[in-house]
This record gives sequence, structure tokens and C-alpha cells, in this order.
Amino acid sequence: MSQATPLGAGPGRGEPLLAVSGLRKYFPVKGLSFGGPSLVVKAVDEVNFAVWPGETLGIVGESGCGKSTTARLVMRLIEPDSGQVRFEGRELAGGSNASLRAVRSRMQMVFQDSYSSLNPRLPIEDTIAFGPRVHGTPRAEARERARRLLAAVGLDSARFGRRYPHELSGGQRQRINIARALALNPRLVFLDEAVSALDKSVQAQVLNLLVDLKAEFNLTYVFISHDLNVVQYISDRVLVMYLGKVVETGPVDVIYNAPRHPYTQALLSSRPSMDPERRITVPPLTGDPPNPINPPSGCRFRTRCSFAEEVCARVEPPLLALPCGGHDVACHMMVPNSGHSRAGQAS
Amino acid sequence: MSSSFAVATSAISTGDRLVEVNDLTVRFVSKDTTIHAVNGVSFTLAAGEVLGILGESGSGKTVTLRALMRLLPEGRTQIGGTVRVAGHDVLGLSPGALSRVRGSTIAMIFQEPMTALDPVYTVGYQIAETVVRHENVSWAEARRRTLDLFEKVQIPSAQRRLDAYPHELSGGLRQRAMIALALSCRPSVLLADEPTTALDATVQIQILLLLRSLQKELGMGVVFVTHDVGVAGEIADKLAIMYAGRFIETGPVTPIMRAPRHPYTEGLLASTVHGAMRGQRLKAIQGSPPNLEILPAACSFAPRCPRVADICLAGVPPEVPTGPDRMARCVRITQN
Repeated sequence: MSQATPLGAGPGRGEPLLAVSGLRKYFPVKGLSFGGPSLVVKAVDEVNFAVWPGETLGIVGESGCGKSTTARLVMRLIEPDSGQVRFEGRELAGGSNASLRAVRSRMQMVFQDSYSSLNPRLPIEDTIAFGPRVHGTPRAEARERARRLLAAVGLDSARFGRRYPHELSGGQRQRINIARALALNPRLVFLDEAVSALDKSVQAQVLNLLVDLKAEFNLTYVFISHDLNVVQYISDRVLVMYLGKVVETGPVDVIYNAPRHPYTQALLSSRPSMDPERRITVPPLTGDPPNPINPPSGCRFRTRCSFAEEVCARVEPPLLALPCGGHDVACHMMVPNSGHSRAGQAS
Repeated sequence: MSSSFAVATSAISTGDRLVEVNDLTVRFVSKDTTIHAVNGVSFTLAAGEVLGILGESGSGKTVTLRALMRLLPEGRTQIGGTVRVAGHDVLGLSPGALSRVRGSTIAMIFQEPMTALDPVYTVGYQIAETVVRHENVSWAEARRRTLDLFEKVQIPSAQRRLDAYPHELSGGLRQRAMIALALSCRPSVLLADEPTTALDATVQIQILLLLRSLQKELGMGVVFVTHDVGVAGEIADKLAIMYAGRFIETGPVTPIMRAPRHPYTEGLLASTVHGAMRGQRLKAIQGSPPNLEILPAACSFAPRCPRVADICLAGVPPEVPTGPDRMARCVRITQN
């Protein structure tokens, strides 16, 4: 057992593309605390992770766990309270607007709502060309790039280029958002619930497209989703979050076949069985995730955990690397001598 | 009203036709366009049975469900066919009779409890009000019934939660409160419109298990609409797969999920991602669903179908039997 260091967790793969450590964002809650103690939502609390070039990191968790906020903090769409972000070997914290702009061209994002994330008054070709234009690409060249990207996401530019977002279907709009994200030749793309709003048959088309584009443009993905099956399909490594904390991270096969954190185990066994003859009979968890305002002390999962003991309320479990390497868990049961009666039994 | 329906309303017998829908058509008419949302749907539902209607957005599944309760905007909707629920001819009821049937015979739960519940009244008040209105009991009695209902839907600290406003409850508790509201006048038919879609995975399975146990206990007939085949597999006894306003495959849930026969059902199951597919290319269905401004005159799936042939364009495919209680609307099945 050793303290998990996100920089050291990648087995023999050199320098990570993105390394995040101590990332934190508390949102103050207005209007609820007349005279009382001020309330904060601990949306992202001391989150560490790294992404290596060419891989896909999946981030899963339920609503309010901080997965989308994490992506927005790294992109600096929201200003973090504290934490370091290293991208391509350079520190991003507190950079000037100019350096932020340079970094954002290398790091792009695709959002869930394909309609609200496109300018309704721009033809889609102009939307895709907009980023390159802002970054100084000549008009003709930017347009040419937009047409190439439309072809790359499977849309005929002669037919679709001058259309407006409302003239397209949800799946087509999401292809435009992906093309727009690729227009600045990014290395890293955050996909924030990018296929969640699509119908299943269209979702499969877009997932195939994402796999193709990753190879074609040499991309690295951070794939954020609440859909456990989609994350399993597309990810190389998985990060599981609960109420602003990372509870478990590891290679996708390890997380899905041998999860060690009780929350990961419950989350995975909440998936429908896909076999009507072997239906789920007992819900793996009771209740809803607690309110992220004033989360539980110690381990934040303890209020829903069937193994919770006194130590879980008192001490916050650190995210520790298991001896097998590359697999980190934040649970007192994994820590020898933590004071939990099951401590160290499992390892 | 035939006497067999009277038996069905007591929700004890099985095998009787609690819901009987015949050649249902729904069109939305405006000045410029007509949308053919539902194009000839027929099915029956017995007491104690759960029918899952599975389809993608725009397939007509929610419209079908709403037609069973006539919850469609009267002015611009044309409904054809017949809908009989527990002996009532729903499409022919007077407004007064319709509002008596709604809630007491047939009730509905929705995807978004936050918009289905009234934000300015406590959940307890809303439910008690429904009971008073339909069953003519005192407020004290109605409030006691509401507390029982809250316990039945497993709301912790039920007594205290009666006085909560919808925004004070978590998503899972709100959905439980809405189920309590729907069950408050002991309906024999429950309509569920994607009630777990907005919920987190760990909460979704709790609500599905709750609905399953309440349905068994109360012997209700349930029509459950979903886009998620996994959810349907957890709750439905029989499945209807809907595409472009028609049921294109129906039958018992297990055989359909294990061996779908209609090319669309096959495609839908193949494009539903699960663990075993890792590293493989997904077999996506090409293209997108048809525009329903024109009533499909042939197989609606033909333009996207990998097995399409000339015969598919000759007319709307008939129901082809594919096994016990099973059918698929595909002329290519008999050819192979």
C-alpha cells in the first residue's frame, strides 16, 4: 500500500498528457443561510487523476457527483478554488487569458445538449470554422477545414454545410459538435454525456464515429457519462466519483470485473440484468445520494454503505493504490490497521 | 358494457381484457401539417399483466399511452379506433365521466415528477385532495390513507414527508410520492411513461422493484413505456416494439429479448451497448426514423433495413406469427 500518486500510476507509459491534483471547487449556496452558518456545495473536493496520451478515461457517477464540474474546472470554464492542472507538461494554474486560449485549442469539449451548444443563427459550416477563425486561420482555409471535418463526421458538406442547427436531427447535431471540437486540432477531448441524449440506434453510430476519429486524429478522450455500459464499451481506464470525491479508479476490466469499493460494486449491480429470467430482486442500495451540501463526515458513502463502521464516520479514507498497481480505492476496508473490522482482509 | 369487464375491474381475475385497444390512430393536425403519430395500434392487457412498449423518440409510444387516458390536446388531435378500459369506452366518454375514470380506474405516472407535482402544495395535501375528490371521504380519513400510501411506497419518515413540498424531496422520493398519488384511488390500470429515465442507476432499480411489487400486490394491469430495453426486461411480461407509430413486433418478453425476429428489433438490441461488446464495432442501424408527416404506405423501416427487398415496398406488412403469442410485421420473415 502506498499513497496513490496520479503521476506514478501509469505503468510504464511516460509523462501523462493531463495531470490533475488537489482539484477543488466549493460553490456557496445563496439564500438558504440567513444568519446561520454559510452553506457550500462541495462539488469537487481534492480530486486527483491523470490521462495518458492515446487513452480514453471514463468518468462515471450519479448526478451531483462532480463529474461534469471536474471537466469544466480542468477546461477553466469554471475557476477552481485550488488545485494544479498540468497539460502537455505545463502548469495551467492562474495563466493569462492568452495562454488559456492557446491551451483551450489543444483541449476541447463536447456537451450533452447538442442544440443549446450550437449557435442557432450560424450555418453549421460557419460554426465549425468559427474557432479556427478566432485563432487566426484565414477565412478560406477555415472553411476548407470545416468541410473536411463535416466529411470526417459523416455529413456531406455540400448538402449540410449551409444548414442551421434546427434543420438537423439530434444525432446530426452531435456530429457537428464533435466536428467543431476537432476544428482546432486538439489533443484532448472532453466528452460530457456526449451520447446520452441520443436514441440507442443513433448512439451506436456516434460511438463508432468517436472510435474512428480517435484513431484518425490521434486523440485522447475523457468520456464522462452516467451510462455504465457505454463507459465500459469506450474506456481504457475508469474513474468512479461519489459526492465530489474519487472513490475508485483503475483499468476498465478490473473496475467492471473486480470492483473493490462498495459503491462501485453497488453501482455496477444496479444495471438491468438484460435477462428477464434473471431479474434483480433486491436493490443493491437504498435511498438517494445525499445532498452535496454538508456531505456526510468521514467517508461520504458511509450513509448508504452496508459495511459502514464507526471509523468511517470519523476518518476520511484516502485514495490508496492496491499492490497490483494502477488500481486505487478509497475505502477503510482496503487499508490495513485502519480500525475497520474488515480492514486488509480483502487484499 | 359486458359483464366480463365488471369482473376485470375487481382486479382479481386474470385473462380478462382489462384494456382493449383496437386500431388506434392518432394524428396531430395543424394548419400546415398533419403528423401521423400512431397508425393502427391494437392490443389487449389483462389484470396483473405488464406490457412494455419499447421505442425510440418519436415512435409514438408516449402518444399511445396518453390516448388511453385521452390526455392529448383535444383541439388539434384526431383519434380513431376504440379504447376500452375496464368497460369504459374512453374515446366516447363525456368530460365529467372521463374525469371520474381518470385516477380511479386508470392512473398515470410521468418521467418528471417535479413537473407532474404541483410545486405550491405539499405532497401530502395533493394526494389527500385527490382522495377527497374521488372517494368523497373526510380530510382526516384522506390524510390517513395518504400516510398508508407513503408507507406502501416505502418513503422513510412518512409522517414528516407528508408536509414536504416537492422541491424538498430527492428525485427518488418525488417519484415515490408520484406513485403514491397515482395509486391513491386504487386504479386497476397504471400507465407509466418512462418513470425511471430521469433517475440515477441506483435509484432506478429501487423504483422498478417497487413498481413490480406494488403491481403484483394490487393486481394492476400496467402499460410501461420506455426507450431502454434493459428497463423493459426488468419489469415487462410482454413487449411491444414500436416504430413509426406501429407495433412492429410483439410477444412475451424473454423470447423477444433472446431472439428478436423483426430487423428493427434486432438492430435495436444490437446497438444497445453492453459489456461483451468491448473492442467490437457496434452494429448500428443506419439512417434515422421516417418523417411522419406522410403516412407510411409500406414498411416504415424499409429505408434503414439491411434485409430490404422489393416486396417490402408493396404495402404495410401484415402481422406474421413468429411463435406462441408472437408476431412481427415483416414480410421477409416468411420468405426466409
